[in-house]
Amino acid sequence: MTWVVSGARILGGEPTDLLLRDGRVEDAGTGLDSAGAQVLDAHGLVALPGLVDLHTHLREPGREDAETVETGTRAAALGGFTAVHAMANTDPVADTAGVVEQVWRLGRDAGHVDVRPVGAVTVGLGGERLAELGAMADSPARVRVFSDDGRCVSDAMLMRRALEYVKAFDGVIAQHAQEPRLTEDAQMNEGELAGRLGLRGWPSVAEEAIVARDVLLAAHVRSHIHLCHVSTRGSVEIVRVAKQRGFPVTAEVTPHHLLLTDDLAASYDPRYKVNPPLRTADDVAALREGLADGTIDAVATDHAPHPVEDKECEWDAAAFGMLGLETALSVVQATMVDTGLLDWAGVAERLSGAPARIGRCDTGDEAQGRPLASGEPANLVLIDPSVSRTVDARELASLSRNTPYDGRSLPGRVVATFLRGRPTVLDGKLA
Amino acid sequence: MKRHLLTAADLDRDDATLVLDTAAEMARLTEGRSVKKLPTLRGRTVVNLFFEDSTRTRTSFELAAKRLSADVVNFSAKGSSVSKGESLKDTALTLEAMGADGVVVRHWASGAPHRLAYSGWIRSSVVNAGDGTHEHPTQALLDAYTLRRHLGSLDGRRITVVGDVLHSRVARSNVLLLTTLGADVTLVGPPTLLPVGVDGWPCQTSYELDPALAKADAVMMLRVQRERMSAAFFPSAREYSRRYGLDARRFALLPDDAVVLHPGPMNRGMEITADVADSDRSVIVEQVTNGVYVRMAVLYLLLGGAS
Repeated sequence: MTWVVSGARILGGEPTDLLLRDGRVEDAGTGLDSAGAQVLDAHGLVALPGLVDLHTHLREPGREDAETVETGTRAAALGGFTAVHAMANTDPVADTAGVVEQVWRLGRDAGHVDVRPVGAVTVGLGGERLAELGAMADSPARVRVFSDDGRCVSDAMLMRRALEYVKAFDGVIAQHAQEPRLTEDAQMNEGELAGRLGLRGWPSVAEEAIVARDVLLAAHVRSHIHLCHVSTRGSVEIVRVAKQRGFPVTAEVTPHHLLLTDDLAASYDPRYKVNPPLRTADDVAALREGLADGTIDAVATDHAPHPVEDKECEWDAAAFGMLGLETALSVVQATMVDTGLLDWAGVAERLSGAPARIGRCDTGDEAQGRPLASGEPANLVLIDPSVSRTVDARELASLSRNTPYDGRSLPGRVVATFLRGRPTVLDGKLA
Repeated sequence: MKRHLLTAADLDRDDATLVLDTAAEMARLTEGRSVKKLPTLRGRTVVNLFFEDSTRTRTSFELAAKRLSADVVNFSAKGSSVSKGESLKDTALTLEAMGADGVVVRHWASGAPHRLAYSGWIRSSVVNAGDGTHEHPTQALLDAYTLRRHLGSLDGRRITVVGDVLHSRVARSNVLLLTTLGADVTLVGPPTLLPVGVDGWPCQTSYELDPALAKADAVMMLRVQRERMSAAFFPSAREYSRRYGLDARRFALLPDDAVVLHPGPMNRGMEITADVADSDRSVIVEQVTNGVYVRMAVLYLLLGGAS
């Protein structure tokens, strides 16, 4: 299959043609042509390397009522992604080679994006015994990212051992930083509003205490810690200092923590219930600054589908989480590009280059997060940043509808996505 | 008046005064009469939807609705929507199908009445009869009514609210309502039981009870659950009583005409001693009587006008 993508502005630069053949970018330049090639007129569109999500809940196996690998990866492709890291908190938990291999195969069969399973750090996410991390690393799924996401590895000794152990196969521990005792039954950001609404507070310090402990542990054992969905100014400041000292730490932020604030909880509408919770405008400003200056390496969606009944209920009874795959790029455009904090090259780094490197999937035949240049894998997304759209939860490809942006107008539209030279999305629809 | 009463913040000063004046009228029309019933809400249906046990509040609302000649349905849905099967939404749709005009809801989850009122599931007026640790606006109204009877206008009056503010829906509603009516409210409790961000509330706070008593026109003692000890909010019931309980010594610090309130049920010996609870300046029993008048007023004002 050969494609000529004509006139695309690579990373927002001058219009350039891309010749895609045999899964690779064969040439990039002007006036490119190839007999028999299909042509995609991309004038006016921005081309970025295919996006890589470090943090996706695909829910399969176990909660196929919320999402499946098939539906979740469709949503991913429509959002401009060519790879997602599937979190381990499935049922059964992805804590054995068998489960990660199953998820990986389901992803291959679906074919919309590369599915990179994340392995659990501890057996059953129980926080007590290490899962067989080596077996998952050695399986065909070649797991490199390990996380108990949804739960914090709160035991300091266990965290130390996990960090040490994964050095044997260049693994990374992705920590959900939440001190459990400080957040028992926590419902929303701790602050004046939580006090007034009578909702149990989730204090910033419960995240920051673990972030601080874990960057020190990582430095001590010289192993890579990745911090999931940091949400507070304090976390950004700790990571900034850790990086200044050369500690092996990376961090991600979700699109929703870049845009939404805790005052939305005043509606008691559980679509705004998420973990970690939406924070204050000051935290949002700090997260944007941190993402702009590289303190935060990556944007990761924490796409968390839930069936309607788990959100159409009392706030306390509702599940934590929001959809993210199909709106991530638009939210990043709104919060980072349209505000002048990042250019498109910066977006490519934060949503493709950095997450691919952190996920250890930036090399080899199926490399992700590579530049759009001759000889590189033909993973790319074409977006039209000049249009805006109104999000309609019912039109999303995800099986679930729990987007916080329903009815909200967001800038930018994914026009096409290519996975190794093959279009997964064309004209904004699954190809 | 708004269509729903979900928080004391739904009432501006005029609304609140109207409710209290209407409650006084309800008292005048029924007190001491052999027939205590008014025909005002005849043919209307009030549902008491209780997801949490509260015999006193349910009985008070039931009596209020019956004295206005409304049809009253008690709908007990104890347990959580998750563990107990039927969801809040389905319960609401059921009530709507039965033709409820007003829904009085008590719920263990903060914000559940708000969800009922604004999710488009029902058209009825919703009255919050206590939700989680959020609010209990009719309790604040009956407290304000009781205070007004003893103090006259609440403008500039000093009201001290003591105890577990963190978990108290009564305290939240009272701060809002009493402030709206012009009173100066002081919250007193151990730092562990005052909410984060309380500095932003329209009231004073203090960790010490004695200094807050000397100038108080009224003191309201909040119920403190002994189980809070296990979460380290305070070391022991004894220590709590010593530092924050209203005993005879502290009672003597109050001005002579100050009154003592408690939303009930009381933990005698914990936040209040029996002597104080039973003293002639305790208006705790009167609060219960006034609760019926205030709830009659709320139901009348919310349901009486619409056809």
